Amino acid sequence: MNINLTLIIQGLAFFAVVLLVMKYGWPAFMAAIEERQKRIAEGLAAAERARAELRDADARVAEEIKAARHQAAEIIDRAQHQANLLLDKAREDAIAEMQRHKAAAETEIAAATVRAREELSMRVGELVLAGASKILQREVDASTHRQMLDELAAEI
Amino acid sequence: MSGSAEQAAGGGMTEYIHHHLHNLQWHVGAGPFWVIDIDTVGVTLVLMAIFLGMFIPAARRATAGVPGRFQAFIEMVVVGIDEMVRETFHGSSKLIAPLALTIFVLVFMMNFMDLVPVDLLPWLGRAAGLPYLRVVPTADLNTTVGMALTVFVLIQYFGLKHKGPRLFFKEMFTAPFHAHGLMVIVLAPVNFLLRLIEEAVRPVSLSLRLFGNMFAGELIFILIATMTLSASLAHGLTYVMGPVQLLSDFVWTAFHILIITLQAFIFMMLTVVYLSMAAEQH
Repeated sequence: MNINLTLIIQGLAFFAVVLLVMKYGWPAFMAAIEERQKRIAEGLAAAERARAELRDADARVAEEIKAARHQAAEIIDRAQHQANLLLDKAREDAIAEMQRHKAAAETEIAAATVRAREELSMRVGELVLAGASKILQREVDASTHRQMLDELAAEI
Repeated sequence: MSGSAEQAAGGGMTEYIHHHLHNLQWHVGAGPFWVIDIDTVGVTLVLMAIFLGMFIPAARRATAGVPGRFQAFIEMVVVGIDEMVRETFHGSSKLIAPLALTIFVLVFMMNFMDLVPVDLLPWLGRAAGLPYLRVVPTADLNTTVGMALTVFVLIQYFGLKHKGPRLFFKEMFTAPFHAHGLMVIVLAPVNFLLRLIEEAVRPVSLSLRLFGNMFAGELIFILIATMTLSASLAHGLTYVMGPVQLLSDFVWTAFHILIITLQAFIFMMLTVVYLSMAAEQH
């Protein structure tokens, strides 16, 4: 129970442990903890940066999509316009073609009428001639002839 | 308790208590000072070896990446002490935080020996041929005074280092009573005397507080153990004292867990405060 040499041994042993902890224990732990804190801080900062970049990219994508949609609408408009133009032109062409065909047909009809009329008058002469010769070979009935001749004349 | 209790029963309760409070001693020279308490030193060295054997390899393996369970546990203690030291001492020091950690862990471990059943290790020691064995190093005044004196030396070193020799010695005579002119000379002896008392009181209070608490704690465990000292199954009293002993031992052990932690914390905290004060200018 008395103070004795143990005191000095205990004091020195304690001091030795303090020195060992100070040199080989504590700094390693503090270094590890500080390094980890730094890493975590960096990680959080990087995450924040990435989130901001993502936000930017999203905004840019939305803008691009809007622009593309706008462009697409423009292209469709122009295409419709073009189609309308083509359709109109085709219609006009068709009408022109039809009128051309109609005119040609009318000319031909007119020519055929003229030809038929010429042929008919030619045939009427021949018929008159043939009729006259048949009548002349038989007894002539004036009144009958008269009537026939009148009819012929009317037909022509 | 039975083994040692029966053997000690020959001398009765007084002999049992005496026996338990006697250190295993080695007389290395003439006179009462040249004695080594082998049990105190031995237990202390074993506890120090356990502490260093866990702490330093863990420090070598300490990684800044994901820490393992053991590293996380030690880091919890390290960070707690580091924050506490930062709150108290607003300077940078390589010494103060490791010192605080060492004090807390070592004092806690030495106090913890009090929670080992009071007769267990002496009984084993007797089986190994040791006549005496006191296993609580902090219940030995030599341990607490030795540690307090080391802290005392560190306080002086810390003050000298942070203030420089001129200010350090000048403050011995000019603080706490500041004066001008002739009064400086008049107050110098008063200041110096106060300083001496202040410095002397610190190791005394540090060591006696811890020693007193642990000695009392140990003594109460011994007294609880004496409840069934010469009991036998033939006595009716044994059946009363047995449960009473069990209950009181449980209550005191539970309470003592609080005390050993608190005393370790107080020793550490006061050391940090003293070192901080030594570095501050008055």
